[in-house]
Amino acid sequence: MNGNSAPLLNVDNITLTFKGVAALSRVSCHVPKGSITSLIGPNGAGKTSMLNCISGRYTPSKGSITMAGQEMLGTPASKRTKFGMARTFQNIALFKGLSVLDNLMVGRHSRINYGLLASLFYFGKARKEESAHRARVEEIIDFLGLSPYRHQAAGHLPYGVQKKVELGRALAAEPELLLLDEPMAGMNLEETEDMARYILDINEEWGISVFLVEHDMGVVMDISDHVVVLDFGRILASGTPEAVQSNPKVISAYLGDEDGLYQGR
Amino acid sequence: MLKCGLFFTSYNKEDQLFPSMFQKTCLGMFLVAMLIAPQVLDFYYISVMNLIMIAVIGAVSLNLLTGVCGQMSLGHGAFVGVGAYGCAVLAAKGLPFVVCLLGGGALAAMAGMFFGIPSLRLKGIYLAISTLAAQMILEYVFLHWSAFTGGANGMPVDPPSIMGFSFDSDERMFYLIFAVTIVCVLGVSNIIRSRSGRAFVAIRDFYQSAENVGVNLFQFKLQAFATSSFMAGIAGGLWAYYTMYITPEQFSISLSISYLAMIIVGGMGSVTGAIFGAVFITLLPEVLNTATSLVGSFAPDISALMAPLKEGIFGLTLVLFLIFEPEGLVRKWKMIKAYWKMYPFAY
Ligand SMILES: Nc1ncnc2c1ncn2[C@@H]1O[C@H](COP(=O)(O)OP(=O)(O)O)[C@@H](O)[C@H]1O
Ligand SMILES: [Mg+2]
Repeated sequence: MNGNSAPLLNVDNITLTFKGVAALSRVSCHVPKGSITSLIGPNGAGKTSMLNCISGRYTPSKGSITMAGQEMLGTPASKRTKFGMARTFQNIALFKGLSVLDNLMVGRHSRINYGLLASLFYFGKARKEESAHRARVEEIIDFLGLSPYRHQAAGHLPYGVQKKVELGRALAAEPELLLLDEPMAGMNLEETEDMARYILDINEEWGISVFLVEHDMGVVMDISDHVVVLDFGRILASGTPEAVQSNPKVISAYLGDEDGLYQGR
Repeated sequence: MLKCGLFFTSYNKEDQLFPSMFQKTCLGMFLVAMLIAPQVLDFYYISVMNLIMIAVIGAVSLNLLTGVCGQMSLGHGAFVGVGAYGCAVLAAKGLPFVVCLLGGGALAAMAGMFFGIPSLRLKGIYLAISTLAAQMILEYVFLHWSAFTGGANGMPVDPPSIMGFSFDSDERMFYLIFAVTIVCVLGVSNIIRSRSGRAFVAIRDFYQSAENVGVNLFQFKLQAFATSSFMAGIAGGLWAYYTMYITPEQFSISLSISYLAMIIVGGMGSVTGAIFGAVFITLLPEVLNTATSLVGSFAPDISALMAPLKEGIFGLTLVLFLIFEPEGLVRKWKMIKAYWKMYPFAY
């Protein structure tokens, strides 16, 4: 955990509108390299829209998004993995028909090089690459405790496990920046704590910077280096967890009382 | 001996198409049976088997596009036709068999890619309609570009020969078609378990997240169209060589529909399913024919009635399948396999 070095991701003054209604207005924030930076805010604040702009699903009408100094706007979503981005989705977006193993292998798509012809004969280069990538994927499966589900179709797994597979698929890309959209949503206390542990380990041991979107403030305050608060598509506050927590504007946005701060609902 | 599971000591070993010894033995026996078949079987059965194998290539290739990549196509029959005409035209110029077959495939792949472009915008029923348009356009071309296709009269094709050996009988063609079928089926199986195949399934299951893991939708949808149509073209080329005469009606919308029927009856997304489906759909009319003539031998009146009923029975079978076994024959097959694995300890 550290947070004072140069920003890995820099979001500068972006504006996103849907049919004239602004979902994000002139939003700026950044993720320092090596940090866990969290984006919090009530439902409908624009958190997912922000992540979609960063990952390339939405294109903001104004502003700029740079990753390690390179402009991302104009780069198609499928190319952004090459710049070291990977993401998870708030509503599970797994490949239902693929096994857990294959979901993670798809996560490595842009790291695998052999082409269609090699796969046709599945020999030499293709086979060698497959088993090297497979080994890497198995490490992630072990790390997340997904071994019992390895060969099961992702669509049939329990919710909490699917959330972990989502994380695994993003990790498989070996990103520099991991974008997580409410990874703890809908999980029980134990699963939430596990997920927080994984995020900390990913950040500390693997050195991956994390941009965490969460609705619930409790966990976020414990694990984040920086917190950005979004409300109605505008930045309400940003800073260290302590500073944000005691910011009166933030407190009133979250139902106006301190209990609401932790419940976030 | 009761087999309780398979254990692997390396990823390479697990990563095989036929991992167990039992599967390898069965496969070996199947191969031997197929190689002996033409020597012992009647002419009629050999010709049916040839048609089945050509259908297998067509169904397996459509399954790659529709079952695996989720791109609905009503134009597969026309892509088979492009391969058939392409191959026939090249063969008429006296080019060698392999060149003609691959050339027909390449031409079909180009047609598939061209008519696959709308898939970047269209999905489901809308894509189905746009591929239906492809079917109509190509049929029109087969019929009216007479300089190349012979128009409504069709065109003759000489039997293929490789290094002076002519495949001029049903038995000889059997071996040739069998070899090509094996290559195609293995090729598709390999694609499915590799980078491209996973990307295809990713596009089918959740195209937005496929994009976010780095799958270029444009590139991989077109790749699916190209590979699928290439193999459809190969099926068409073999068909042209085998029937030795091709006409536009052979590649009409009803051919496209019967390929769809094969992958639905067999089980979408599964290579084994597509094979079962191809066998089933090709055999069904033959069985109905045999039944009709059997009935006809002692009750000619009823047989006259049965002839028009054949189409109806064919359709009814499909509907019953959709209702009672929507996941296709491959599910039945898996259940039978699971039962015998535990035999006699079934529970
Ligand atoms: N694709 C879209 N089309 C129209 N409006 C959208 C779309 N995506 C998000 N919005 C709107 O943008 C606002 C922010 O939504 P979202 O980013 O999902 O919020 P959060 O993730 O913070 O709950 C909401 O008012 C939502 O209705
Ligand atoms: Mg959201």
